[in-house]
Amino acid sequence: MLLISCPYCGARDEVEFFCAGESHVVRPPSPESASDAEWAQYLFFHGNPRGVVCERWRHVLGCNQWFNVARNTVTHEILAVYAMGERRPEV
Amino acid sequence: MTQRHRLPQGGAIERDRVLRFTFDGRAFEGFEGDTLASALLANGAGIVGRSFRLHRPRGLLASGLEEPNCIVTVGEGAAAQTNLKATEVQLSDGLVARSVNAWPSARFDVGSVVSALRPLLVTGFYYKTFMWPRWALYEPLIRRLAGLGRASMLQDPDRYDVLNASCDVLIVGGGPAGLSAALTAAASAASVVLVDADRSFGGTLLAAGEAARIEGVPARTWLARTLATLQQSANVRLLARTLATGYYDHNLVTLVEQLGSTADIALGRNAPRQRLWRLRCSKVILATGAIERPLVFQNNDRPGIMLASAVAMYVNRYAVLTGTDVVIATDNDSAYEVAETVAAKGAPRVTLVDTRLGGRAELSDRMMRAGVRLLPGHRVVAAHGRRRVRAVTVAPCDATGEIDAARAAKLRADLVGVSGGWSPAVHLFSQSGGRLTYDTKLPAFVPSTARQAVTVVGAARGDFDFANDNKRTMWHVRSGKAAQQWVDFQNDVTVDDIWTAATEGYASPEHLKRYTTLSMAVDQGKTANVNALGILADCTGRSLSDIAVTTFRPPYSPIPFGVLAGRRRNDLFVPLRRLAAHERHEALGARFANYGGWLRPECYARGGESFERAVQREALAARTAAVLFDASPLGKIEVKGRDAAKFLSRIYISNIATLQPGAVRYGLMLSEGGTIIDDGVVACLAKDHYQVGTTSAGAQRIAAWLEEWRQCEWPGLDVVTVPVTTQFGTVTLAGPLARTLLSQLVTDPDLSPVAFPHLAVRMGSVAGVAARILRVSYTGELSYEINVPARQVASLWERLLSLGETVGVTPMGIEALMLLRAEKGYIHVGADTDATTIPDDIGFGQIARNRREDFIGRRSLSSAEATRADRWQLVGLDSLASERVIPVGAQCLPRSGAQPPVRPCGRVTSSYFSPTLQRPIALALLERGRQRIGEQIEVYDLGERYAARVAPPTFYDPEGTRLNA
Repeated sequence: MLLISCPYCGARDEVEFFCAGESHVVRPPSPESASDAEWAQYLFFHGNPRGVVCERWRHVLGCNQWFNVARNTVTHEILAVYAMGERRPEV
Repeated sequence: MTQRHRLPQGGAIERDRVLRFTFDGRAFEGFEGDTLASALLANGAGIVGRSFRLHRPRGLLASGLEEPNCIVTVGEGAAAQTNLKATEVQLSDGLVARSVNAWPSARFDVGSVVSALRPLLVTGFYYKTFMWPRWALYEPLIRRLAGLGRASMLQDPDRYDVLNASCDVLIVGGGPAGLSAALTAAASAASVVLVDADRSFGGTLLAAGEAARIEGVPARTWLARTLATLQQSANVRLLARTLATGYYDHNLVTLVEQLGSTADIALGRNAPRQRLWRLRCSKVILATGAIERPLVFQNNDRPGIMLASAVAMYVNRYAVLTGTDVVIATDNDSAYEVAETVAAKGAPRVTLVDTRLGGRAELSDRMMRAGVRLLPGHRVVAAHGRRRVRAVTVAPCDATGEIDAARAAKLRADLVGVSGGWSPAVHLFSQSGGRLTYDTKLPAFVPSTARQAVTVVGAARGDFDFANDNKRTMWHVRSGKAAQQWVDFQNDVTVDDIWTAATEGYASPEHLKRYTTLSMAVDQGKTANVNALGILADCTGRSLSDIAVTTFRPPYSPIPFGVLAGRRRNDLFVPLRRLAAHERHEALGARFANYGGWLRPECYARGGESFERAVQREALAARTAAVLFDASPLGKIEVKGRDAAKFLSRIYISNIATLQPGAVRYGLMLSEGGTIIDDGVVACLAKDHYQVGTTSAGAQRIAAWLEEWRQCEWPGLDVVTVPVTTQFGTVTLAGPLARTLLSQLVTDPDLSPVAFPHLAVRMGSVAGVAARILRVSYTGELSYEINVPARQVASLWERLLSLGETVGVTPMGIEALMLLRAEKGYIHVGADTDATTIPDDIGFGQIARNRREDFIGRRSLSSAEATRADRWQLVGLDSLASERVIPVGAQCLPRSGAQPPVRPCGRVTSSYFSPTLQRPIALALLERGRQRIGEQIEVYDLGERYAARVAPPTFYDPEGTRLNA
């Protein structure tokens, strides 16, 4: 049961949030010229690392804002919380 | 009823408060302060349970949550709780308890004949025996015999609470280590919570005799003083009767606190029975103590054989001594105190059998002074007696543990206390992610690296206050029949079963556990785990340092589902949302049902008419006169900003930029995979202001969808979205007479067809209430969707309904609406579409292809899958037997007469008897459907066959004349 620090509301229990998977998935800038392989890569092939992962979370029972969380998938330690749109930090 | 094993004095029981209870139908008496277990022992109840597999007679082994034998059902009827251990049941007046797994009683159990079938019930028997002619013949009987307690099938009448809280320091365990930690923490400014599952704090101190001392002070005095200090500390919260059940991430610990007693509930006091604490802690201190291990020898499961520490607990805390010829068998020093206590309390003959030889001068002297006969260098090899232990055979054993059978002797014994060492209770520490290491000196698994902010103190860490220097530990006696040496008492797992599993290749602890079911009963193997691992290590030639224990999972001890649910049950489980005009619908006789989380009228049956008649009547009224429909749950999202049109054009397959203020357009939204996720109309209120409509079930999902794209992918767009679904109530007035009726209440806007055409939005007022009116239609008739502030929708409904009295406005429920839209071939997302349906399947392919700019899902529409020639397409089906309505879900056969199993080429998605057309109609998704219009096909459902003709999906008014009236 993670304790997540929403950048706007502060530390809240995991039940207030929704996780939508991997951060920094880049949508092909011109989809019509993306090959089938590139489009499939974007749609289906996401990371599943043993270690640090950056994920998109939304504070659904609070401010409704999206932000990013760097989390260790083995220990669940949260290493960083940063705004949507910011670059992946060094952790 | 005399309590023949109750000592005349002593114990922390209130002898002036007599409690009456029954066990297996027999009446007994006990005292306030007793547990069910201590009271049963006091009354001389020897056989208090029957083992799971073989129905062997069993007595109490322990005094705490580690008890494996005496499993009971307490209470009757709906309030019955089952699979409780008698040691955790606080005795109350009028308590009714029954043993599980025995009939008619534990004392005389018909099921004991099963013992004779032992050879057929070896470990893993369901893979080996009962195979001919096939397992399925035996399975129902075996499943009926399996299991322990029977749960009541009635709803749990008890109330439960959930509480979220936080603290600086949580201390789990109120024994000497936990209390000391609490004193230290209390002296700081930290907020402290101390919990113990028992009704009293003290832990092992509660079993201590008068001679026990802490810091030079009698143990009882130290305990009383410590508790007083803690009770007076404002920053300390003491929670007795509170079990710490689970340790989760980021130092969240769950506690289950016992509240109202059964007595309270019997008296009708509506107190919650248990409370779940979800406690977030800055720091956790685990002082959970250690659990004693039984010795493993032949017939070590007989009634009258107990853990040595349990003997002391029953004697000192409950004043219960169940034997006169007492044998204490041990491999460590902790049992010496027990022998001393038992002798001091009056047992005439006490023998202490210690596996270790000599060298304990001080302890030997104490035993001599106490009158305890000491047998060093000896082991108990076997127990004798069936319904109760009568004697034990002891034999000398040497330093390597080998038995000298020639010099074995039989000792009379009616109470045997065994101590095979102590295992630190590392469950919560392991759940927190902490690692364990095997300490060969204790021997036991102890905590090593912690992963969260937790420390372990006291016996839980392996800090024992007695010496335990075994040169070599024997995990079981190597003589006698291994098949009669019990390891897991509750699930009847013996040494022989462990050997069998290892021989058959199930040699890892995780495999051993699942193959033998060891530790999988309600005691979760607390007295079995380490012994089993020791035996496994021995027979596979490994050391315990190389074996990993099985994963510890919450709860530490069983808890009811109710306490996890708290108040979220029945109506509160997923609270249904009510329409603002709910009472009006109720007054009209509406029949309600759950549609997408809203309680909505499915029909308004009149004068005893059936549901089917009501739906047909309402549908016909929409086509011939006028109907009123509460459409308030329809999703509504306002989208505003300079880039609103640009944003929406990426969300929909249509180009929203071409939508003019005052116009409304139907739109489809796709996933990035190109599949339809929702549909609805979008209204342009101004160049920078739109109202997006969604399905009722999709309102919250689509509002979240829009925000996800806006915040994560296109944060640079100048646009905001606001869900307003529940801010507005919506009443739909539809039918050929809709305009005539509405104009009685509306002067602004102009309702004439030229000023207010189909697919338009106008602002105005209805009966003086400011309204946003959309001329859109799901019924296919002239239709106005009137949006007003939610608090005014009930009175608007009233006004419109009363209007129609003269002309005949019929309230219409959802079922009739669904029928009408099917006649028009309008899809219902999720019914006529599934997770694979793309725009072209339902006839919207051209709109998607005409778009030149990108939108969500566009790229996927050019994939090979999306451009397959044989995709399933939306069509209509005319049933060729004029009265037969084809069931929804019926499968289209590839050729008439085909016998299943056969691959279907379509399925029926919507189906009704049309009152308008007086014949059955259906919508279906059919392979190459649009090319097959006019063909006859056969449809199959649960053995019935239906002949149908493929038709265009629009059965009624295909030109849309009624729509554009």
